[in-house]
Amino acid sequence: MVVKISANVQSALADETLQGNLRRAFVDTLHSRNEAVSEVPNWEELRDYARDVKAHTLSRLPEYLQSLEEKVLEQGGKVIWAETGQEAVQFIVDLSHRREIREVVKGKSMLSEEIHLNESLERAQIKPVETDLGEYVIQLAGEKPSHLVAPALHKSRKQIADLFVQELGMAPTGDVLEITATARKLLRRHFLTARMGITGVNFAVAETGTIVIVENEGNVGLSVAVPEIHIALMGIEKVIPRSRDLAVFLKLLIRSATGQKITSYVNCLSGPRRSDELDGPQEFYLILIDNGRTKILADDFMRESLSCIRCGACLNVCPVYQTIGGHAYGSTYQGPLGAMLTPLLTSVSEAPEHAFASSLCGACHEVCPVKIPIPQILLKLRERFQSERNQKAASFSLEKLVMQVWARVMCAPSLYARLGRWARIVDKVCGKRGMGRLPVPPFSRWMKHRDLPALPPQSFRELYSKEVS
Amino acid sequence: MKVSLFITCLVDQFFPQIGISTMKILRKLGVEVEFDSRQTCCGQPAFNTGYVEEARQVARHFLEVYGDSDHIVVPSGSCSTMIKVFFPKLFAEDSSQRSLAEEIGRRTFELSEFLSSVLGVETTGARFPEVVTYHDSCHLLRELGISSQPRQLIRAVEEIDFREMEHCDRCCGFGGAFSVKFPDISTAMGADKVGWIQGSGARYVIASDVGCLMHLRGLLERNRVPVQTMHLAELLAKFED
Repeated sequence: MVVKISANVQSALADETLQGNLRRAFVDTLHSRNEAVSEVPNWEELRDYARDVKAHTLSRLPEYLQSLEEKVLEQGGKVIWAETGQEAVQFIVDLSHRREIREVVKGKSMLSEEIHLNESLERAQIKPVETDLGEYVIQLAGEKPSHLVAPALHKSRKQIADLFVQELGMAPTGDVLEITATARKLLRRHFLTARMGITGVNFAVAETGTIVIVENEGNVGLSVAVPEIHIALMGIEKVIPRSRDLAVFLKLLIRSATGQKITSYVNCLSGPRRSDELDGPQEFYLILIDNGRTKILADDFMRESLSCIRCGACLNVCPVYQTIGGHAYGSTYQGPLGAMLTPLLTSVSEAPEHAFASSLCGACHEVCPVKIPIPQILLKLRERFQSERNQKAASFSLEKLVMQVWARVMCAPSLYARLGRWARIVDKVCGKRGMGRLPVPPFSRWMKHRDLPALPPQSFRELYSKEVS
Repeated sequence: MKVSLFITCLVDQFFPQIGISTMKILRKLGVEVEFDSRQTCCGQPAFNTGYVEEARQVARHFLEVYGDSDHIVVPSGSCSTMIKVFFPKLFAEDSSQRSLAEEIGRRTFELSEFLSSVLGVETTGARFPEVVTYHDSCHLLRELGISSQPRQLIRAVEEIDFREMEHCDRCCGFGGAFSVKFPDISTAMGADKVGWIQGSGARYVIASDVGCLMHLRGLLERNRVPVQTMHLAELLAKFED
């Protein structure tokens, strides 16, 4: 399926709630993040450290994943290797059917969105219940997350209240506490009845087999402790070598994501409940999901994109994301990290616009806690897109032809100068608005909302040669 | 000292006054200025849209023209970045071209950097009794790390009232080909910028990149906002001849 951002821009710009929320998020979240970062004197050092740890881990990924597997097995957990999202989904569906499970509670997991888990569970007559408040809201609304940390960012308080009145029979209220209490009360029942909890993973420590999940609402704690079975979905890139690295990664992730010093909860999970323990699941499954990641791992230039710890700071700082929001990207991952990961996880032909939907301003690279050079990766993706497109013998690209002619002209100074003179004549003939009046791109696209300056009577080189002579 | 100008294609064809101003400033400071008419473009339009081979051709032409230059001064942040940062990447697999590109990159300076850091100039002697603000162009700021030099030079202009705008370092939305591939996003980002410019109370917005200025001017004119755009070189050249 081909997703096109340009098709969604108009409606995103016209959505006043979205625009207002984006504006607030831009100001508030970014402000908190900047404050939280400024409190850490060695922030830059930590970023370098984290980037190096990630690069090292990715260079020996099979080794660390095996070590993680061993530790999880030692602790009584089970590990499933899923090459595709479909394999992971099938495992969960089969297990649920075998155990006659009809309902599962879920912690927030972008990977579960990536592999379309909820849709597959519903088709298999298993009811997924999202327990993160934001995810709960969008599940009720039948929508998708528009921000990987704040999935319901595009919704207003009133829209959420109306949704709760309509879907849950809540008495009308504008009080956030009451709205939250309604969700809390209903979710509590699901925690007690669901026999399976499914979560994502923020980090998995190879040396100890510890699964780390950060959260603020306590819903993950309940999802992993109350039901009989806990399934953790993990992209293979989430493994880190040692526990001591965790201190750095937690600091970087949390401050970058929400501007908190630490989240309300940091769940460190070590397999299923042991005989002397009071709570925890009876069974624990870790599903290691590839779903396109080894393809990226094998690509020297793109490998660094797998260092992403999904903090969302690049979305919050991105002027493009802040202008169109997440849904306009039409993909699971949005903003700069989505522009980068979507074509990498699928292909440049399935996400032909993602790499181009960036002004390459570099703000994302500036805030990235693991220093991923996102603009460089986008540039390389643009290069790959053009070369793939132009390799298809049957496809004629006007843009390619224009670029070839342009390059010729730029290597031939006298031709360049002559064309400049002709352009000025055309500009003058066109009258008041100059060449901008020509009803062809790029002029028409430029002129849609802005003017184009008239060309001057003489170019710099003409003025200069006059002066010299 | 001798300086080779790289005037950039947009300045050459659209805003020759910026080139004239650059020349005027450097001459006033006692620098010998030369302009090689074989120069054209740095290749950025092709590079940024993924046409790397075409960009490489144009970059090769640039390296030919500037092979023997001592100092190359460019009144543009993004073109300087193209030369200093991206040329070596373009020739990653060609070691002789790469080292030439790196060498030329070391000799290339964006105008404000050249004035402040190489010549050690504190003021150009310009006088401009107006309220101005400064927009940080992305490549200049984030790739080259240049933000204090243009501000120091602006503040040193006589009788100027310099006011920082909110979010001065946020992209204006130009982004080269981005401006025509996604015109609605580009101009919506520009509208935010225009709001912050107006919020500063400035009557002039100064920047060091013609791309940003052309985009902002287009928006200001279309929406009849009483703010003028001005390139840093034009401001710094406002002295008596």
